[in-house]
Amino acid sequence: MSAVLQLAGVTRIHGAGETEVHALRAVSFAARPGELVAIMGPSGSGKSTLLTLAGGLDQPTSGSVSVEGVDLATLGNKGRARMRRTSIGYVFQDFNLIPALTAAENVSLPAELHGTRPRAARRAALQALEEVGIADLADRFPDHMSGGQQQRVAIARAIAGERRLILADEPTGALDTETGEEILRLLRARCDAGAAGVLVTHEARHAAWADRVVFLRDGVVVDESGSDPAETLLDSGAR
Amino acid sequence: MSVKQALLALLEQGPMYGYQLRAEFEQRTGATWPLNVGQVYTTLTRLERDGLVAGAGADDEGHVIYRVTPAGRDEVAAWFSTPVARTQPPRDELAIKLALAVTVPGVDVGRMIQQQRTATMTALQDYTRLKRGGRATTPTPSGDLDPNDPNDPNDLAWSLVLDSLVFAAEAEIRWLDHCESRLRRAAVENAGRPDPVVERPSPVPEPVETAKAETTETAR
Repeated sequence: MSAVLQLAGVTRIHGAGETEVHALRAVSFAARPGELVAIMGPSGSGKSTLLTLAGGLDQPTSGSVSVEGVDLATLGNKGRARMRRTSIGYVFQDFNLIPALTAAENVSLPAELHGTRPRAARRAALQALEEVGIADLADRFPDHMSGGQQQRVAIARAIAGERRLILADEPTGALDTETGEEILRLLRARCDAGAAGVLVTHEARHAAWADRVVFLRDGVVVDESGSDPAETLLDSGAR
Repeated sequence: MSVKQALLALLEQGPMYGYQLRAEFEQRTGATWPLNVGQVYTTLTRLERDGLVAGAGADDEGHVIYRVTPAGRDEVAAWFSTPVARTQPPRDELAIKLALAVTVPGVDVGRMIQQQRTATMTALQDYTRLKRGGRATTPTPSGDLDPNDPNDPNDLAWSLVLDSLVFAAEAEIRWLDHCESRLRRAAVENAGRPDPVVERPSPVPEPVETAKAETTETAR
């Protein structure tokens, strides 16, 4: 089974000379369909850099990042933007919803930016909201929702239109433990349904929802717990 | 563990015999702390001697039934209204091992921490998998309750026990992270000076087996 996300020897250096910072050093890992991978590490370990690279928001100094088999470096800015609107879903700690748009509008926005007809985009949005259990809140504005509900909208936005890669940066950071757990259940369910997920977190309790946990320290992978799916042992090109 | 009080609390709900008590106990705790039936009967004998339970005859199959006495009820009430004492911390093999590792020359503490963190994380993933699976994937000792009933108070009890294991494993990982960064800082501060603690490569001790619940094994 080929990886949805593949990082191969990824190094990211910020600045140069005296002020050079190695945010990531030769990091390799893959997320396959049906798999949720957690990245754990203290602040400054490179977790967020890794996620920005995986999402094509930044480019590695060396090494390659591939999404659905396409090396992001070979796409131009436009190509990467298209990839972000169609294949990759993001979930952030602070939800990043647009306050002037309703839940359904927030969810359908990426598709509309991509040129999908409004009616089709709304239909996909409602389906995604249904999937995260808040179809009844479709016409509500973010300000009139709880944190947990807003994060569900953000997840709906990340999964609408059958995106296959979900990148989540501390998605439970602003939520209480029980609500946070519901969010993880949703991410997990989406991965069980065939998406690949990468979850950045500093909380072990949340990382434990993943199939694999990658520990980052100072930009280097120091441990990995959990195992690769058995079939990937035969897939020599994968790692 | 307070087997004594736990059995009394169960008997408050009605007279029972030894096997029933064990099943009821495990129903609530997911067999996290397995009780053997011999232990149940020894405890019942002691409770009877102390006047906290009394024999209530035998059922048709000859099981000796016990019921709680008024003194036993008082004991249960006192148990529920008194906090569990934390004056004597339970012995923690990992903390003891780490305390020795940082003082005994030639132990690669950094590696020990990493290995332990991976082992504890794996246990935490197992607990989380049990939570995801819900009661349906765990054994139901007495089998007379609907295992899929979300309103079953025994399910709630078991899921809270699981949460307790989850939070404890999480705390252990946080503590290991903390130890790691303390040691790294100490190593930086000691740079230039000989450092007996962090730098020396050496044989790595086995990770402490995280007290894995029985259920982790049986549930799969």
